[in-house]
Amino acid sequence: MIEQLADHEAAALAAIEAAATMEELQAAKTAVLGKAAPLSEAQRRLGSLPPEDRKDAGRALNAARKVVEARLDARTTELAEAERAAQLVAERLDLTEVPTDVTVGHAHVVTQAWEELEDVFTGMGYRIAEGPQVETDWHNFDALNIPPGHPARDGFDTIYVDHGKPGSTVLRTHTSPVQIRTMLTEEPPIYVVAPGRVFRADTADATHIPVFHQLEGLVIDEGISLADLAGTIEAFTTAYFGPGFSSRLRPNYFPFTEPSAEFDVQRPDGTWLELGGCGIVHPNVLRAGGVDPERWTGFAFGFGIDRLASLKFGIDDLREMYTNDIRFLHQF
Amino acid sequence: MKVLLSWMREFAPIEGEPAFLAEQMTDLGMVVEEVVATGRTWDGIVVAEVLDLRPHPEADRIQLVDVDAGDGEALQICCGAFNMAVGDLVPLATIGTTMPGGLEIARRKLRGEWSNGMLCSSTELELGDDADGILILDAGLTVGLPLADALGATADTLFDLDIEGNRPDALSVAGVTRDLAARLGVPFTLPSPKFAESEPSTAATGSVEIAAPELCARFGLRVLRNVTVGESPAWMATRLVAAGMRPINSVVDISNYVMLELGQPNHTYDLGLVPGGELGVRMAGEGERLVTLDDVERDLMPADGLIVDGADTPIGLAGVMGGASTEISESTTDVLLEAAVWDRMTIARTSRRLNLRSEASTRFERGVDPMGIERALDRFAELAAEICGATVATGSVVVDGGLAPPTTVEVRTERINLILNTELAAGEMAALLDPIGFTSTPTPDGLSVSVPSWRLDASIEEDIAEEVGRHHGYSRSGKRVPTPTQAGGLTPAQAGRRRLRQALLGAGYSEAMPMPFLAPDDLARAGLVRADSGAEADGASISLTNPLVADESVLRTSLLPGLLKAVVRNQSHRNGAVRLYELGSVFHPSDDDLPDEFELVAGIGSGHGPGGATAGDSAAEAAVVQVNRLAAELGLAGLTVANAEVPGLHPTRAGEVRFRGKVLGTVGEVDPRVLEVYGVADRASWFELRVAPILAALESVPTQKPVSLYPSSDIDLAFTTPDAVPATDVARTIKKAGDGLIQWVRLFDVFRSAQLGDGRRSLAYQLRLQALDRTLTDDEVAAVRQRCIDAVEQAHGASLRG
Repeated sequence: MIEQLADHEAAALAAIEAAATMEELQAAKTAVLGKAAPLSEAQRRLGSLPPEDRKDAGRALNAARKVVEARLDARTTELAEAERAAQLVAERLDLTEVPTDVTVGHAHVVTQAWEELEDVFTGMGYRIAEGPQVETDWHNFDALNIPPGHPARDGFDTIYVDHGKPGSTVLRTHTSPVQIRTMLTEEPPIYVVAPGRVFRADTADATHIPVFHQLEGLVIDEGISLADLAGTIEAFTTAYFGPGFSSRLRPNYFPFTEPSAEFDVQRPDGTWLELGGCGIVHPNVLRAGGVDPERWTGFAFGFGIDRLASLKFGIDDLREMYTNDIRFLHQF
Repeated sequence: MKVLLSWMREFAPIEGEPAFLAEQMTDLGMVVEEVVATGRTWDGIVVAEVLDLRPHPEADRIQLVDVDAGDGEALQICCGAFNMAVGDLVPLATIGTTMPGGLEIARRKLRGEWSNGMLCSSTELELGDDADGILILDAGLTVGLPLADALGATADTLFDLDIEGNRPDALSVAGVTRDLAARLGVPFTLPSPKFAESEPSTAATGSVEIAAPELCARFGLRVLRNVTVGESPAWMATRLVAAGMRPINSVVDISNYVMLELGQPNHTYDLGLVPGGELGVRMAGEGERLVTLDDVERDLMPADGLIVDGADTPIGLAGVMGGASTEISESTTDVLLEAAVWDRMTIARTSRRLNLRSEASTRFERGVDPMGIERALDRFAELAAEICGATVATGSVVVDGGLAPPTTVEVRTERINLILNTELAAGEMAALLDPIGFTSTPTPDGLSVSVPSWRLDASIEEDIAEEVGRHHGYSRSGKRVPTPTQAGGLTPAQAGRRRLRQALLGAGYSEAMPMPFLAPDDLARAGLVRADSGAEADGASISLTNPLVADESVLRTSLLPGLLKAVVRNQSHRNGAVRLYELGSVFHPSDDDLPDEFELVAGIGSGHGPGGATAGDSAAEAAVVQVNRLAAELGLAGLTVANAEVPGLHPTRAGEVRFRGKVLGTVGEVDPRVLEVYGVADRASWFELRVAPILAALESVPTQKPVSLYPSSDIDLAFTTPDAVPATDVARTIKKAGDGLIQWVRLFDVFRSAQLGDGRRSLAYQLRLQALDRTLTDDEVAAVRQRCIDAVEQAHGASLRG
């Protein structure tokens, strides 16, 4: 019997070797290890051997089975690898055939700058204040220390709206009325910025557009000074433009601040850029907002978001930003 | 304001590099926009003597002139002027000279005769406007001397300053110098004019009566006799030109010179044309008229200020322009000089109404020093005596009108130091204030500061703080960042607005920003109001009172017209498929203080392809997909769409978006007729939603609902229903009939066929049944199925398809 086992083993190994696919291997497995397989037959005959032979024959049978099983496992792995390799070849895709012109939406450059500025200021502990675009004459001018007839009103090129009494309603010329609205609804200390759309009766050219966007800042707290203003301007310009930028204040005039200043930003190459206006909130403005000027002081600042965006993205003509041409929009 | 350094030096010993001086002035708030090295050096132009004059053989309008340019040789020049004689000294521009106007002088032939340079007129030298003749120089100058030396002109520096509206005192050379001198710590002095006076006095010759004190703070007069009107000296002409004014004649030039130097506008009358030298000041009456210096007859209004003569006849528009009837002419000998200070508002209104803005009106509008009148009158007299040979009548007449009393401001050292973040003592503040004309006296807690008459802007403590800060230097206040005790951040609504924008970008919509103004007919063109009713007529929109252009004269009530125009713009540039969104405010009429202003978000898609409207579906379906996508992305549970008639949209492909029981907006395809009107070539998908309810929904935080751990069963149900039954209604009926056991209902197939008949279609739904607390039995599933079938058949006229 032991001699026969060697033949069975050799035949089984040959059958396994001959299987070229998983299906054939499955059939071979049945043939060499199944119930009808010679090795299984030998197993069954084991009991009929004389006891003294049984031990050796059993050992030999087990060894033969182990060899066949090991070979079967190895062949399974071989065939699986081969089938996977064939499948991978068959599945080849040329990824360069995939269209490259994916359409995604692009945020407007003004919105990008607007949100970036909001992030800078919220990071500094500010909240975002809002107000209407159509404003009362009182919020836009009177409350900001620009009474009727004040020459500063002329400088604003105001667009008036046919609502209520003639001259009582305007398209806000600046975001400053949000200062008043914030003071009237909140108690100091106040730390807010108010980005928003503003309007001027200005004929559009490369540097002026009748509809544009400003960001207003207002801080009211105890002991607020010009130094707090200068430091805040510096902190936000550095945060927005990057390291290497610094800022300065120089005296200027605005009816709603006293002292007033213009703030300039110095680029790393040393050149200066006029950015916006600022100052210590005028006591008349604080009073209009219901804030006691003896207890609280504050500063305010404002600048154009469009201009900041145009500087950042290298846009020479502000009008470009309002063509709504996707060849422009999709660049940013 | 353009200021020459040499002129400033007449009031203070200003030293330093021009760049340094510019920096100081900028730091004081007088922003130097440009520094120009100027000064008439007139390089290449010399004093030449006329040796011979003879006709040009070939030309009548040119003569040949031999001149000696200093070397004793005769140099032939062709010259078009004939006003010189042999022996005259004239300016010669030698070969290679660049003239002030840019002309380069070369040796050239004129009709066969050589010209070795050019003889110059005062215009060519930018010294005056006499272009007709060559400038004849004073006899006795050395021939060959550079013209600059001959005329005493030297290199100079011109500062072009931007003066803010609150600093009219700096609209003069003296005013700018006062500020700069204080910064540099050098003394500032206004020299007292020196001139001889003679009787009869001004008081005996002229008078003024102020009938309108609200119009005139002060009015001053001086009489000048035997005035010769001629050309101004070169030094004066040079300064006027540098300041941007054209020299005209000596009297006009002196007037301008005094205004530029001291900031006091002034006016001259021909005394012979003012009967009795009597002047009056009053407001104009209705229907009065006046011919001004520019020979235009002006209709006057009661709000205009007037200067009248003794017979109450208007002879000048106060502070804006003089009258023609009393104008100085070549025959004038005696001059009545006026220097007055007018009400700022009156001048502003009149000059604006008549569109007569001048250097004078600008100064009056901003505020002129009422106590500077005497000095201006005297300075004029001094210059007129020197230049025009005038005999100055003794004294001046100055009458007070509505003169405001001097201002004194009590300031607290502590308060100013708080505002400026400084630690200045009262004495240090006084040392900053007094050099610019304030007078400070100590008080227990600070200073009592009397404001100089030319600082009309200073009236409260903060104004004084600004002056201290300006002269101390803003930069010395330092920089520090205040620390709010609140946490910064966006409100939930503001954060939600960003999520909304992000969702739209993710759906392929780029952000457009159309102008928020519409043409009056836009609403009708976009189908938003009936075409036969004007937008204004039915109160559907709000107009601008003073629009820039008629096409942008109405505030928008919808984002549709703006986005349609944006699509047209893109189509006209062959940009193909576009998706654009806008999040912006619209404005509706209201009875409140302000119009009804609220935010909308709208998306438009047009053109085929992945970036456009359709991408396979109809434009209307694509729009609904986008709305559903937004709802899913933002978690707007319960948002529904149902067909409805919507102005501006396709009558059978439009619907309302509803959310939490209210209309949130509209969705569908833009009405093809509207597309045609705007010139949009393709179909266009459209949705427009109110932003506020979306943001409100985003503020609510979802709470967790338990998830079932038991097996689920799916069943399919197909019904035939009338077309008019909204598919979402059927789904809702199914869900409701499930008694909480239906997890979801999905419409997975729709079809129409002849077999089903006209006006009916098949809707196939898949339902998932699952209970939270148990495995559903087959009986339970069957029961739910039957309830759903019964409910749908009953509610919608539907029947189950077998």
